[in-house]
Amino acid sequence: MKYIVAIIQPDKVDEVKRALEEANVQLMTVSNVLGRGRQKGITEVYRGAKEMQDMLKKVKIEIAVNEDFVEPAITALMKGARTGEIGDGKIFVLDLHEVVRIRTGERDGNAIG
Amino acid sequence: MNSGDTAWVLASAALVLIMTPGLAFFYGGMARRKNVLSLLMQCFFIMCLVGLQWVAFGYSLAFGPDINGLIGSLDWAGLVGVGAKPFDAYSKTIPHLAFMIFQCMFAVITPALIVGAFAERIRFSAFAVFILLWATFVYDPIAHWVWADGGWLKKMGALDFAGGIVVHVSSGVSALVMCLLIGRRIGYSNTSFAPHNLPFTVLGAALLWFGWFGFNAGSALAADGLAANAFVTTNTAAAAAGLAWAFMEWLKNGASTVLGVVSGIVAGLVAITPACGFVSPLASIPIGLAAGVICFYAVAELKPRLGYDDALDVFGVHCAGGTWGTIATGIFASRLINEAGADGLLFGNPNQLLVQAVCFAVCIVYAVAMTWMLYKLVDAVIGMRVGVREETIGLDLTQHNEAAYTVLE
Repeated sequence: MKYIVAIIQPDKVDEVKRALEEANVQLMTVSNVLGRGRQKGITEVYRGAKEMQDMLKKVKIEIAVNEDFVEPAITALMKGARTGEIGDGKIFVLDLHEVVRIRTGERDGNAIG
Repeated sequence: MNSGDTAWVLASAALVLIMTPGLAFFYGGMARRKNVLSLLMQCFFIMCLVGLQWVAFGYSLAFGPDINGLIGSLDWAGLVGVGAKPFDAYSKTIPHLAFMIFQCMFAVITPALIVGAFAERIRFSAFAVFILLWATFVYDPIAHWVWADGGWLKKMGALDFAGGIVVHVSSGVSALVMCLLIGRRIGYSNTSFAPHNLPFTVLGAALLWFGWFGFNAGSALAADGLAANAFVTTNTAAAAAGLAWAFMEWLKNGASTVLGVVSGIVAGLVAITPACGFVSPLASIPIGLAAGVICFYAVAELKPRLGYDDALDVFGVHCAGGTWGTIATGIFASRLINEAGADGLLFGNPNQLLVQAVCFAVCIVYAVAMTWMLYKLVDAVIGMRVGVREETIGLDLTQHNEAAYTVLE
C-alpha cells in the first residue's frame, strides 16, 4: 500500500479529480495549503508595510492506494495537474503500513477502497 | 427652491452612492477567493476616478449647454456656473449642484456594472484607462442624448425615467462586447467558478435594493407624489422578479436558491428603472414577473448555449432586464401617472413603443461600436488581459499585492 501526497495548483483540482475518477481512484482528502518551491511567492504590501509572506496558495491531495493503483494514480495526477509551467507542484509517494476502516474495523487492503 | 425637494435629492444621491459598494460586494461574493479584492477595488476605484471626471468635465459633456443635440459643451467644466441656484431646465426647485451630484452617482455606477463581465482576468492599469475613456466617450454622450436639455433622443420623446437605457442597456451591452473581446477565463469548460462567498452577494443585493430607492424615486427630483409612485413601483417590481426567478429555478432544478432570489431582485430593479415614474404600481407587477423570467433565461440558458464568459452576468441581468424595461415603458406608460411622460401601447399610443425601440437601437449600436474601439485602443497600448501566471495565481496578489484571506493565522 502507498500513501500518495500531491501538491498542486489550486485551480487544477477539478481536472485532477476527473482524471483520478477515470483511473478508478475515487477516494481522496483535499486541503488548502501554502507553499513555496524554487519560484518563491509574491510579496504582499499592507499600507506600505511589506509582508514577506513569499508563499503561494496550493492544494494538497492525499490518496491511499493498493499497489495496483499506484502508477494509474500518479499518471492521473500528472495528467490533471500539469501545465508545463513553473509551480505545477510535486507528487510524493510514501509506504503505508496500516489502514483501518473506523465503521467496521476492517484492515488494510479491504479497508483502503 | 424647495427645501423638501432638495433634502430628498441630496439624500437620494447618498443612497445611489452606496449602490456602488453594494455592487462591489454583490460581484465580489460571486468571484473566486483569489479575485475578491480586485472586484472591490475596481468598484471603489471607479468611485474615485469618475467622481473626479464628472466634476472636471463629465457633467459638462453630459448635461452642459447643448451642441446640436449630440453633446454638452465644456462651458460647465470644473463646475463653472453650476452653483446653488436651480437650473430650470432640469429642476426649478433644487440647487443645480444637487442635481449635478445626484447625476454623478449614476455616472459612477454605470461603468462599475461592466466590471462583472471581465472579472478575474483584466489588467488593472488597462482597466483604469478603459473605464475613464468609456465614461467619457460612451456614458456622457448617451446621457446627453436621452436626458440633457436639447438631447436629440429626449426631443424625439424617448422615455427613460431613471436609466434603463442610459445606465443598464449601455453598460450591459458593453459588458457583452468586453467579455467577447477579452475571452473566456482559463479553465472555462473544465473548472468550477462557484461563488466563494454568497453572504457577501446577498449583502450587496441588500445595499443595491436599498440604494435603488434613491436611484428611482430620487429621479423624480422632488419629494412628491411621482417620487412615491416610483418608490412603490420599484419595490413591487423587485419583489415580483425575485419570486419569478425563484419559481423558475424550482421548476427547472427542484430548488430555489438564495443567489437566484437576489439575482431576480436585481433583474426586477433593472427592469423597473426606465418605467418607475411612468407606470402604475399595478403595472410594475407584470414588469417584475417578466423580468425575473427573461433574465433567468438569459443567464441560465442563453449564456451556456452561446458560450460567452460573462463572468458575473452583466449582460444577462442588466442588458436583458434594461431592454425589457425599456419596451415595457412603451407598453405600460400612462399620462395619468406622469403628465410629463406619454401614453404607451395599452393607453392607445403604439407610437411610443416605436420611439422606445429606436432609442434603444441607437444606444446599442453606439455603445457596441465605441466599446469595441476603446477596447482595441487600450489593448494595443497597454494590453487588456493579464498573463496566464497572473490569472492562475489571482488578481488580488498579482495586481494589488494583497490577499483577502490568509490561510495561516
